Amino acid sequence: MSDPTEANGTAGSAEAPGPAESGGGPGRRVRVVLVDDHRMFRTGVQAEIGQTEQTGVEVVGEAADVDQAVTVITATRPEVVLLDVHLPGGGGVEVLRRCAPLMADAEQPVRFLALSVSDAAEDVIGVIRGGARGYVTKTITGTDLVDSIFRVQEGDAVFSPRLAGFVLDAFASTDAPPVDEDLDRLTQREREVLRLIARGYAYKEIAKQLFISVKTVESHVSAVLRKLQLSNRHELTRWATARRLV
Amino acid sequence: MSEAAAAPLAGPRPPRKLYRSSDGRWLGGVARGLAGHLGLPVIWVRLVFVGLFMADGLGALLYAAFWFFVPLGVGGVEAQKPPTLVASETSPDGRRRLVARRPDKGQMVALLLMVVVAMVFVGNVNLSGGARAYLWPMVLVGAGVALVWRQADNARRARWVEVGRRRRTVTLLRSVGGVLLVTAGVSGIFVLQGSAAHLGSVLQAALAVLVGITLLAGPYLVRMTQDLSEERLMRIRAQERAEVAAHVHDSVLHTLTLIQRNAENANEVRRLARAQERDLRTWLYKPEGTGKDEADEPTTLADAVRRNAAEVEDKHGVPIEVVVVGDCPLDERIAAQMQAAREAMVNAAKYGGEGGAVQVFAEVEGKTVFVSVRDRGPGFDLDSIPADRMGVRESIIGRMERNGGTARLRAVPDGGTEVELEMERAEKTS
Repeated sequence: MSDPTEANGTAGSAEAPGPAESGGGPGRRVRVVLVDDHRMFRTGVQAEIGQTEQTGVEVVGEAADVDQAVTVITATRPEVVLLDVHLPGGGGVEVLRRCAPLMADAEQPVRFLALSVSDAAEDVIGVIRGGARGYVTKTITGTDLVDSIFRVQEGDAVFSPRLAGFVLDAFASTDAPPVDEDLDRLTQREREVLRLIARGYAYKEIAKQLFISVKTVESHVSAVLRKLQLSNRHELTRWATARRLV
Repeated sequence: MSEAAAAPLAGPRPPRKLYRSSDGRWLGGVARGLAGHLGLPVIWVRLVFVGLFMADGLGALLYAAFWFFVPLGVGGVEAQKPPTLVASETSPDGRRRLVARRPDKGQMVALLLMVVVAMVFVGNVNLSGGARAYLWPMVLVGAGVALVWRQADNARRARWVEVGRRRRTVTLLRSVGGVLLVTAGVSGIFVLQGSAAHLGSVLQAALAVLVGITLLAGPYLVRMTQDLSEERLMRIRAQERAEVAAHVHDSVLHTLTLIQRNAENANEVRRLARAQERDLRTWLYKPEGTGKDEADEPTTLADAVRRNAAEVEDKHGVPIEVVVVGDCPLDERIAAQMQAAREAMVNAAKYGGEGGAVQVFAEVEGKTVFVSVRDRGPGFDLDSIPADRMGVRESIIGRMERNGGTARLRAVPDGGTEVELEMERAEKTS
């Protein structure tokens, strides 16, 4: 567990600020709710990404615990929620559980991006399977965070290298038995993409490396995420139980 | 003045308090405890008790009183003996425990001795026939009570001494034995009172009373045990919290002090902070028992990679991010690969550290172990390096090839270098 300054896999240092790059027009706005029990951290994030003119991120609400979070999210209907994993009242997973109808909303879905200081496997896998669209650690830079927010808003998944490592690990043991449905298995390409994310490549670099477009990379990652959430097969459960992750 | 005083105790001694000794005791630990407290040889105290016992059983009363009122203590009562009987051991979860080493045969000896002494006493005492007849039942009752009390003591002792599972049956047997002895003694008294004819009805009545008491006191007892176990849980929690607090205090505050002192040296501050963070993370997230104490040589791939990365990070002040997928034991080939990977990390930290964190990825897939080390530095061209510079060629590529693996260096599209090391695991490892 020695990589606290982990940048997320979407944005390399060479990359331009996210919003322009990830396809939206310059006037794009995203409404965000911050959920974290540390006021200092909320203030910090607010300062980092809150200049709406520059970043296009508008922080419309803050919450410090599970109940507050559910109330604020229901009231403000943001597009993206930055969700801390460790929260009083049941943690981020509980917020995800209680906001499940909002996530499923077809008109204007609320999407969750987990933002945590922890990169322990049980936290990561827990919130991802709870329905979060991505997971970044708190040491992420402001630019990368804004980029991640926009990606999540568009419905893409945001993986950190470490998260990619966990997912590879989780699926490694499930790939062996051939009886599994295809749905539960990662394709060769998806594994390749994940592996490159785990090796610290940015989406753009992966695209170059594999001679595919960034959009394709994103769709691969999204597919992985979907499989991870759908994957309630006993193999994954067994894997998680064996490592005391669930 | 005594063994206790001669014990190597540094600093002022805490006020001495009388405890019954749980180590090396025969019966209740009263004699040993008293001996430790008074600074006398145990055997003297025991002899005094036996002597007093002869005086109309005064010793027995005294002993029982001590047994009842004096709390049980562990260790410290007598400094010379305990190590052989009880040793502290570090259990898998890192907590220190006292472990009983030897089942106390002394107790059996003590009981036998007591019976013998009692016989002698009974034989010597000159009592009228009527009273004398009651003595045997009384002795039986006394022995039973002693057995059960001793049992309760053991239960209390078991809280801080781990007792093997095997002994649970022994404790059960002892309880049953004690109860039987008391029952036999009480029945004997009834029989002697000439109510032998009514024994059956007396036993029935006794049983009825017992059942009644159980019914009345049962719920209360259950509640009490529940409260007790709850309290014990709280205590364990508190202990854990204290452990965390101690760790945080030791390492985190220490590091913060160092950081304040080195505030103008950004690199040093960063290094300290990262080292501390790594340490804290290991401590918080690693499973019980691993990594909490300073581990010795790593035995698995994941450990080795993390260890190497941590060392390089500390030495060169460049953050290294590690992702490990899968794990396997180290064999000599993998160990060589680890050394090559370490060289690659050092290179990356030295020459490519300005571009950001160095990323290390290790994966075990079947028999193949793959390690990638990448930096985002200015990049590096192997062909442009003079032939006499052996660093990369020998310590990375050469080392891998000698051990039957492959190493590739390549430039990453957006700048930086990636070293890929691939190695098959040795055959014999499972």
